[in-house]
Amino acid sequence: MLYGIHWDLSNSWTFAASIIPILLIGMKITVLATVFGFLIALVLGLVFALMRSAPMRIVSWPTRFVIEFVRDTPLLIQLYFLYYVLPDVGLTLPALETGIFALGLQYSAYTSEVYRAGLDAVPQGQREAARALNLGTMRTFRDVIIPQAIPRIVPALANYLVSIIKDTPILSAITVLEMLGVSQIIGARTYRYMVPLTMVGILFLILTVIAATAVRYLENRLPRAGIPLK
Amino acid sequence: MQWIDLLPPLLRGAEVTAWITIASTIGGAILSFAAGIGSGARFAGWRWLARTYVQVFRGTSLLVQLFWIYFALPVLLGISLSPTVAGVLGLSLNIGAYGAEVVRGSLASVESGQLEAATALNFKPVQTLWRVVMPQALVEMMPPFGNLVIQNLKDSALVSLISLSDLAFQADTLRNQTLDTVPILTLTLLMYFAMALVLMLVMRAIERYTVRLSGREVSR
Amino acid sequence: MKPIVTFEKVTKRFDDDTVVLDDFDFEIQPGERVVLMGPSGSGKSTVLRILMTLEDIQEGVVYIEDEPLWHEKRNGSLAPASEKHLHKMRGNVGMVFQHFNLFPNMTVLRNIIEAPIHVLGLSRAEAVKRAEELLDQVGMSAKRDAYPNSLSGGQKQRIAIARAMAMRPKLLMFDEPTSALDPEMVGDVLEVIKDLASEHDLTMLIVTHEMGFARDVANRVCFFCDGRILEQGEPEKIFTAPTEQRTQQFLRMVLKE
Repeated sequence: MLYGIHWDLSNSWTFAASIIPILLIGMKITVLATVFGFLIALVLGLVFALMRSAPMRIVSWPTRFVIEFVRDTPLLIQLYFLYYVLPDVGLTLPALETGIFALGLQYSAYTSEVYRAGLDAVPQGQREAARALNLGTMRTFRDVIIPQAIPRIVPALANYLVSIIKDTPILSAITVLEMLGVSQIIGARTYRYMVPLTMVGILFLILTVIAATAVRYLENRLPRAGIPLK
Repeated sequence: MQWIDLLPPLLRGAEVTAWITIASTIGGAILSFAAGIGSGARFAGWRWLARTYVQVFRGTSLLVQLFWIYFALPVLLGISLSPTVAGVLGLSLNIGAYGAEVVRGSLASVESGQLEAATALNFKPVQTLWRVVMPQALVEMMPPFGNLVIQNLKDSALVSLISLSDLAFQADTLRNQTLDTVPILTLTLLMYFAMALVLMLVMRAIERYTVRLSGREVSR
Repeated sequence: MKPIVTFEKVTKRFDDDTVVLDDFDFEIQPGERVVLMGPSGSGKSTVLRILMTLEDIQEGVVYIEDEPLWHEKRNGSLAPASEKHLHKMRGNVGMVFQHFNLFPNMTVLRNIIEAPIHVLGLSRAEAVKRAEELLDQVGMSAKRDAYPNSLSGGQKQRIAIARAMAMRPKLLMFDEPTSALDPEMVGDVLEVIKDLASEHDLTMLIVTHEMGFARDVANRVCFFCDGRILEQGEPEKIFTAPTEQRTQQFLRMVLKE
């Protein structure tokens, strides 16, 4: 029994069917961690990207190092670090919040690259044309550069949403009960791992296929030439 | 505990991580080519097998795959798998699925004129693949392969969760014993970072070699 | 004499249902040098690509000598060709492409010897000897060990011609061999083709817009329009006294360029 729901061990099929409600409770956490982790990655990645392209080297160089360091070290260790070290400095967060932040941090290293590459991909001639029209820096950025960068940036960012889904089970290492964590408990209590783990695998496949389909839909809907902003 | 005392156990773990990463990268590379080439095979059965493999392993989570191989697969097969075997197998299968997409895409990116010339010279499909297409496709594969190798190193930390005593496992064990959280985890991160830098250098050297192989950069 | 190539009521449709060749009949006699001319999109290149097995056909039969190219005789009737049959038939035909399509990963020499060794089964020494003779003929001996990317377009095309010749095809086809070249390189390449035509007893099928060259090299010029041959004959006749209005229009347009 878990979350007050009993399982039926008569055979594999009844077992599988009986644990679906339990796994769906875990899936809520999976989705929650994905969505909020992604939102943090979107915001933090933008901050990193801006800091990285700052004109002062004292800002841009350390930022580059931080991005590189975060990107090239394992999420699991970063997760441990945040979970066990933050309380030492007086910041105690629940496991789920810590996990969401770790996901957001790791993926902000990737998203910052996406923002940078997307902005760099707008042809230099566009900036020059804007200058020739005597548009100010802010105006150029808001009305010329960003609208053209968006069709390049959004699909690449959205692909990371799919990746984050697949990284959420790592949160079970710090006791977050997302889908995999829940299935581990079921396995430990019933001594049957085959069914719950296979079910989790299938549920992940469903989640990622849905997310990937949504990403492709979004990609096809985006106008190629740019988004007209009001 | 002094920082210096933490080093020996962590280095022992780092050695395991290095071997696991190397073994699963090689295994993953083999799977990448098998499935990447297979997804373009003329026999529909191979195509189906390759595409299903890629879809399943890219569509699910590595940690779920590792747990499934370690806990569920032995039940299915009636044998027990050591953490090392399960870990290397899981990492190889996972990174191989991502690599297969890279191989497939790179093979497809070779100009159609090259295939037509090979047909005009009456090469058989296998000869066209290995003599004409592959040498030119390899250079396209290398940058994404470089990213995948780093990805694989980072992913290897997850084998600690099926009790394989790699660097992440040693770090977690030490942390439990000593509670010197900050130095242990800092050293661990630095060690992973150092290994990633070494891998980047190696991959860059391989990339330079494939550039020469493709004839893109002309050596006279 | 038996024709070396026969198209018998051939229809070629692309996937989007555009018809390129419709009920097309065509013959080439051994030793003939045929130039195909005509507006782009008229199906000239498709004829070559069908013979090189790069495009299949929907109806009709193509024969190379006596044997159907895209079909196999099975139990007295014609069945679609297997890869094995196509492999056998391709041995008769060679092709030079508009964009050369040299293999960038191989030196000039290896580009030429690779197929003779691995397809024809020649020894390396024999293949190299053959390649060196051909390199000499096309005037590229000095670039034997260079990689294609270090060569000019004209040089690449001369290598590509040597590479096709090394397979000793009965029929050698040229698909607009000079239209991707800078103007100053065109002459060299045409010269090489003319030399080969006079030295070897090759059957040639050439798609080109170069009228002077066609006049020198061809025994027959076919004017192609909308997937069929509108008018054909000796170059002198076609170029000086075309009977069809479309041919006259086209020639005027080409001469103006």
